[in-house]
Amino acid sequence: MLLDLLNALVALTNFVIVPATAYGAQLALGALGVTLTVAVLRFTNVAHGDTMAFGTMVTILATWGLQALGITAGPLPTALLALPVGVAATAGLLLATDRLVYRFYRQQRASSAVLLIVSIGVMFVMNGLVRFIIGVDDQRFDDGTRFLVSARDFKAWSGLDEGLAIKTSQGITVLTAAVVMIALFWFLNRTRTGKSMRAFADNRDLALLSGIDPERVVAITWILVAALATIAGTLYGLDKSFKPFTYFQLLLPIFAAAIVGGLGSPVGAIAGGFIISFSEVALTYAWKKVLGYLLPLGLAPDGLAQLLGTEYKHAVSFIILVLVLLIKPTGLFKGTST
Amino acid sequence: MTLRTVALFLLVAVLILLTGLLQSWNTALYILNMGLVSAVMALGLNAQWGFAGLFNVGVMGFVALGGLATVLVSEPPVHEAWAAGGPRLIVALLLGAGTITLVVAVRNRMTKGWLRSATTIILAIGGFALYRALFDPARDAVEAVNPASTGFLGGLGLPVLLAWPAGGLLAAGAAWLIGKTALGLRSDYLAVATLGISEIIVSILKNEDWLSRGVKNVVGIPRPVPYEIDLQQDPGFVARAGDLGIDPITASTLYVKLLYTGLFATVLVVLIVLTQLALNAPWGRMMRAIRDNETAAAAMGKDVTRRHLQVFILGSAVCGIAGAMMTTLDSQLTPGTYQPLRFTFLIWVMVIVGGSGNTLGGVLGGFLIFFLWVEVEPLGQMLLNAVTMPLPDGAVKTHLLESAAHMRLLTMGVVLLVVLRFSPRGLLPER
Repeated sequence: MLLDLLNALVALTNFVIVPATAYGAQLALGALGVTLTVAVLRFTNVAHGDTMAFGTMVTILATWGLQALGITAGPLPTALLALPVGVAATAGLLLATDRLVYRFYRQQRASSAVLLIVSIGVMFVMNGLVRFIIGVDDQRFDDGTRFLVSARDFKAWSGLDEGLAIKTSQGITVLTAAVVMIALFWFLNRTRTGKSMRAFADNRDLALLSGIDPERVVAITWILVAALATIAGTLYGLDKSFKPFTYFQLLLPIFAAAIVGGLGSPVGAIAGGFIISFSEVALTYAWKKVLGYLLPLGLAPDGLAQLLGTEYKHAVSFIILVLVLLIKPTGLFKGTST
Repeated sequence: MTLRTVALFLLVAVLILLTGLLQSWNTALYILNMGLVSAVMALGLNAQWGFAGLFNVGVMGFVALGGLATVLVSEPPVHEAWAAGGPRLIVALLLGAGTITLVVAVRNRMTKGWLRSATTIILAIGGFALYRALFDPARDAVEAVNPASTGFLGGLGLPVLLAWPAGGLLAAGAAWLIGKTALGLRSDYLAVATLGISEIIVSILKNEDWLSRGVKNVVGIPRPVPYEIDLQQDPGFVARAGDLGIDPITASTLYVKLLYTGLFATVLVVLIVLTQLALNAPWGRMMRAIRDNETAAAAMGKDVTRRHLQVFILGSAVCGIAGAMMTTLDSQLTPGTYQPLRFTFLIWVMVIVGGSGNTLGGVLGGFLIFFLWVEVEPLGQMLLNAVTMPLPDGAVKTHLLESAAHMRLLTMGVVLLVVLRFSPRGLLPER
């Protein structure tokens, strides 16, 4: 009986909790980028998915370069070493885009609707760039040790029927995401620049009156967005694989996470990311195995006990989004309302 | 009709004629026909964004629903599949819909509290379990019937032209559901909600084999026009083609395409006239008043959310009609080809470049951008051939040449950004 319970718990951890935590961390980083754009730059950036794809692409190219030179990170993926290159290139791209495109509309005080349309144009260009440089195919770029804990070792250690496997990429995702989030909150709450950013987000005119340089705040926001997008994209690519179209499709869960948490609220973005990922994994997981351990022999389900096919995982983000819009339109953590 | 309008439409005509002279008349007519379809899509989106300021980033979903309507209306019914599990499947779907209605009704009637929450949860879980218990075996039975050629329920076997209004109705229904939840909130919530529903609609088309055969595609959908092969065997047609000095095979393909042009042009003209009438009526003035100042319009007693819902449904229905027209033209439904960049964001480029808020502007954008979409690829190929000429043969050259196909996305983005910057109201601005 106790053994069944333990087996069920291990199966649950292995198939639901571990993957959902890693995926949630990736979504949270993506949603943080979106929410920062909404809070400081005041528009919904449709190009965010393609920004992630661009950053990841540069990281992949740098990884290949390092591998060609014979430099690897040992047991860790080489992509971690290449990450700064990706962040720098993406920051450069976003700053150039801002200078060439967005700044004009900011000076015109254009509405958020106009900026959203402008970001559609930016999305086309970035999407074209990524496809032009790396193509549309799947790219795998993880190297180093594949597993932190392998299913076989775990079985031998615990003597249970169920194995627990934790991929290196999953461990790195959670660790990196935690470090990035702590650093971001420290930056926003403790440093002078971070405070000026928050002041600018709260009340632009008042911030200008108190002598905050708006162009500097905007530039720093873009750099933060670039870093968050590149890190989120690279972690997702390490965990799964890199394909430009998949990154475009990540837009929906990321937006859903940002809205569920409350647009403009960083804490909300993180909470939203995990809510979306856990619902997605839990609803599309076939519960047959776990239920088989928990329920008495006769009651075990015949089918897969899967609530929703994996091909409908987008539907989960959407349903949660609709529920939140119906019940609490400002999100769980109160976001901005305009 | 200003001189500018006439000149720009003449430009489109010249571009299409040049394609015919320099490339082939089949390509020219393809651009013309798809331009007409694109113009109808742009008309739908223009009603939503240009006349009411609503963000619909889910055009793809409504277009795909139009495509589905074509299958459901015109394909002959598969009798064995219906016998195997059709009625059970319908009952299961009705049961699912009934559960949702019941839950909504319960939530509206009962007072807030733990009793309501508990009833909601029990009803929802019970209804879902019952639905799956009934639906799963019925679906498997239907999909098991001759999966290589059918494996779906088929349609009603009606004339395919009826699918066009049906596509509009289907899209309108989906739009009503979305509009009910997302309108009246932050404007970009509607954007994300429509983005979501369009992805879901396409996943349904890709995965529900009993409905649309999924990625196995439905091919050979009945056509409203004669088949080329019949024309080629018709001595009268061959003789007339000979009089014009065209070989019968080319003549038959051109003739069929021209018939489609006639059908599509009729739909487009009717829709343009209706739009113009509506815009010049008090209704149109009210819509513009709401778009320009919602608060003032609301203060004048206009029900802003209701009007938004109305125009959102109408615009989506037009997109649905265009989707049905496109699937009819292709005579096949291929769910795998619905890409948001092509069917949502490209339509946005059409409306913005053409002129949002101007009926003819959207139409112009439809033609012009679709022309670019088709022609950028060969032009890009030529450009890259010229650029890579001095390069030695090798990986870089091959990669560059193979990448020509992606030039079109880049071009569309640049065109959109340039127009937004230097002519933000589009080529034909709203008066």
